[in-house]
Amino acid sequence: MKFGFSGEQEEFRGVMRRFLAERSPTTEVRRLMETPDGWEREGWRALNTQLGLTAVHIPETHGGQGFGYSELGIVLEEAGRALLCAPLLATALAASAIMNAGTAEQQAALLPGIAAGDTVATLAVAEDGGGWEAADVRLTATGTGGGWRLDGAKGYVLDGTTADLIVVLARGPRGLSFFTVAGDAAGLSRRALRTIDTTRRLARLTFAGVAAAPLGAAGGAGVPFARTMLQAAAMLASEMVGGAERLREDALAYAKMRYQFGRPIASFQSLKHKAADMLVDVELAKAAAYYAAAALDEGDEELGMVCHLAKAAASEAYLQTAIHAVQIHGGIGFTWDNDTQLWFKRAKGSEVLFGDAHAHREAMMRHMAA
Amino acid sequence: MTEFTEEGVRAAARAWLEANWSPDYGLVEWRNRLIDSGWGVPHWPRAWYGQDMPSGLLPVVDEEFGRIGAVTVATAGIRRLAAATILEHGTDLQKEKFLRRSLTGEDTWCQLFSEPGSGSDVAGAVTRADFKGNRWVINGQKVWTSSAHHADWGLLLARTDWDAPKHKGLSYFILDMRQPGVEVRQIRQMNGHASFNQVFITDADVPPEHLVSEVGKGWAVTTTTLMHERRSADGLRNDSAGYDRPGRCYAEERDEIATVQEPYKWYPQRRGRVDLVLQRARETGKLGDPMVRQEIARLMILARTAEWTARRARVAAAAGRPPGPEGSLGKLVASHVARAAARVHTQLSGADAMLAGEDGPMGGVIAEILVSVPAISIAGGTDEIQRNIIAERVLGMPKEPNTDATRPFRDVPRNAVR
Ligand SMILES: Cc1cc2nc3c(=O)[nH]c(=O)nc-3n(C[C@H](O)[C@H](O)[C@H](O)COP(=O)(O)OP(=O)(O)OC[C@H]3O[C@@H](n4cnc5c(N)ncnc54)[C@H](O)[C@@H]3O)c2cc1C
Repeated sequence: MKFGFSGEQEEFRGVMRRFLAERSPTTEVRRLMETPDGWEREGWRALNTQLGLTAVHIPETHGGQGFGYSELGIVLEEAGRALLCAPLLATALAASAIMNAGTAEQQAALLPGIAAGDTVATLAVAEDGGGWEAADVRLTATGTGGGWRLDGAKGYVLDGTTADLIVVLARGPRGLSFFTVAGDAAGLSRRALRTIDTTRRLARLTFAGVAAAPLGAAGGAGVPFARTMLQAAAMLASEMVGGAERLREDALAYAKMRYQFGRPIASFQSLKHKAADMLVDVELAKAAAYYAAAALDEGDEELGMVCHLAKAAASEAYLQTAIHAVQIHGGIGFTWDNDTQLWFKRAKGSEVLFGDAHAHREAMMRHMAA
Repeated sequence: MTEFTEEGVRAAARAWLEANWSPDYGLVEWRNRLIDSGWGVPHWPRAWYGQDMPSGLLPVVDEEFGRIGAVTVATAGIRRLAAATILEHGTDLQKEKFLRRSLTGEDTWCQLFSEPGSGSDVAGAVTRADFKGNRWVINGQKVWTSSAHHADWGLLLARTDWDAPKHKGLSYFILDMRQPGVEVRQIRQMNGHASFNQVFITDADVPPEHLVSEVGKGWAVTTTTLMHERRSADGLRNDSAGYDRPGRCYAEERDEIATVQEPYKWYPQRRGRVDLVLQRARETGKLGDPMVRQEIARLMILARTAEWTARRARVAAAAGRPPGPEGSLGKLVASHVARAAARVHTQLSGADAMLAGEDGPMGGVIAEILVSVPAISIAGGTDEIQRNIIAERVLGMPKEPNTDATRPFRDVPRNAVR
């Protein structure tokens, strides 16, 4: 549904929000962001299996819950709101790629582990320089008699040092393919990258003759890859609007409580206007994220356009909301101890992850003008 | 005597520097020579180390220092504001005691204005000063105090009368930071640095001769300090020497920068580093991208016109107009420039904009820009306050009705201390 959620969906959201508020308060976010991996297996496993987070959009035949992107979008929106430190987005998108590209047997082999929360997975697309389009892929896949070997490097890989399973986009003699590689594969080296947003970890992966299996027909990833990136854009947008709304609400609450000049700062017209503008930004971006998620579920004919639209809108709305939120807090908003900075940095990172607003606007135009 | 034309000043400054500058001086020794010669602060009055030179000509002097590579008087940080404030409102005794050592860099200052309950509303300060026996006794808490952790002296705004309306009950003091009643705790910022502090003041002592101006006149003095702070945001002064050359004076200045200025090494980043934009565009191979070109040009228009506007204000000041609220334009515009620059840097860096430290572009400088620019819109008066000042004082728009400035301060509603 593009313009509203069902009663069940609202209920589902309510459950998510309650659990995540309890399990991912900012004290926990701050604790996890100081850990080497940025998240912890035990805690994540417990939460994931209890709520079935990575099972949401996986079909019941593969151990999942059989819901769609609208529901996954709700999960991610709430995770973004709670700034959950977990390989959720990474694993969900890797599952999407497997569903888009894998054969029935491959799906049956790989998805149950993800749905059950045993497998942490990720998607490796961009390379040095950071393009997220098919043309940017240089990592090579070479046939080796019975199998394939991968050579090259991937950057900006979500949870790349901790994932058990990596879905890698590579270029072979017949074109693009997704390959699956185990996290501990021989010839694979993984290096954590220092990030502005330490609640979300990235890695650089180097492949030196790594043995790998293609998902689906070798060279046939063009369409599945394009679809995966639309899902990635829409799902990241969902996560982003969740964070933006949280920032907006916290800033508003602060403005109502803070006194200067003998009155609440919320009584100053300039802050009222800012708060109203923030509401407009966030609501519009939410409308886009919801529409895109529903479009994925409904196979909408404008799908390509709307997923890019959602990410472009979210990139700008989240960052702008974060800038306003810091500003409304004044000096305290610039401190480490104030939580605003945590979302500010998430907004900053998400702004360019899977392509910045310019890239998505351009992609949107390609779909619209096609 | 120097003739106050561009050519006259240039020739005189060059002649004096060529005859006197040597990198072999000790830093303080050299700065004392500068102060005695009138070339350290030529725009100051003759009675106090200057030449009464119009400040519009200062850039010419700066250029001559830059040309020969001479070290200047100490300008970094709050000491510049302290010096300007004491010069304008201080007693001769205070000028004698504080000006020279501020210019040589021997004394470091901090500005004890903001409190947990009063930032934008800095006149709402509740730190109290009570005259007991023959001394002022200070109690209260300050916050966001840059430099407090290494400052020798603090410019302190405190309340001396709780029954007067808020602006009339304030007094301005010079507080010795090195005393038992002053406790400083560093505050970590979102960019990881810790350049500002909480300052807890308990029964701290101020001798009567360290009251600046008169009891109850503290607001006027504060306004002077703030005016200088906001005007300095115009970006004309470049206070990092950064000389990489041999010589004792350079070495000691490098030490000064490394220690005293260490917490502020992110300050250039909070202005957005427009200077790095073209270089980054080349490095990233995006200089030919028409969309990027548009954005860079747009940023440059903003940055250059901001600079020219600031220069126009300086020239006007040099022509004899007193420092006025036009300084507030510079502060607000600097904040626009910083944000626009952060946007362009993000666009240029693409996915690399997610990376920090040694993994990030330019060894982390870009990341530091992205997480430091929010400060420029808050420090020294927020953008909203700058807009109010411009609207009310420059444009003459009516003030909003207020209820806090006319009644006794003790009756003004405020937050319980956080
Ligand atoms: C890097 C940095 C360095 C600093 N260094 C110093 C220092 O050395 N010494 C010192 O004394 N202080 C220092 N400050 C403090 C700074 O001056 C204050 O943070 C600033 O004035 C804002 O005050 P506040 O933090 O209390 O925010 P508040 O005043 O609570 O402001 C919160 C929000 O309300 C808005 N607001 C408040 N009043 C109005 C109004 N009338 N109309 C519209 N909007 C309004 C503000 O614009 C802001 O968005 C520093 C701050 C920073 C960030």
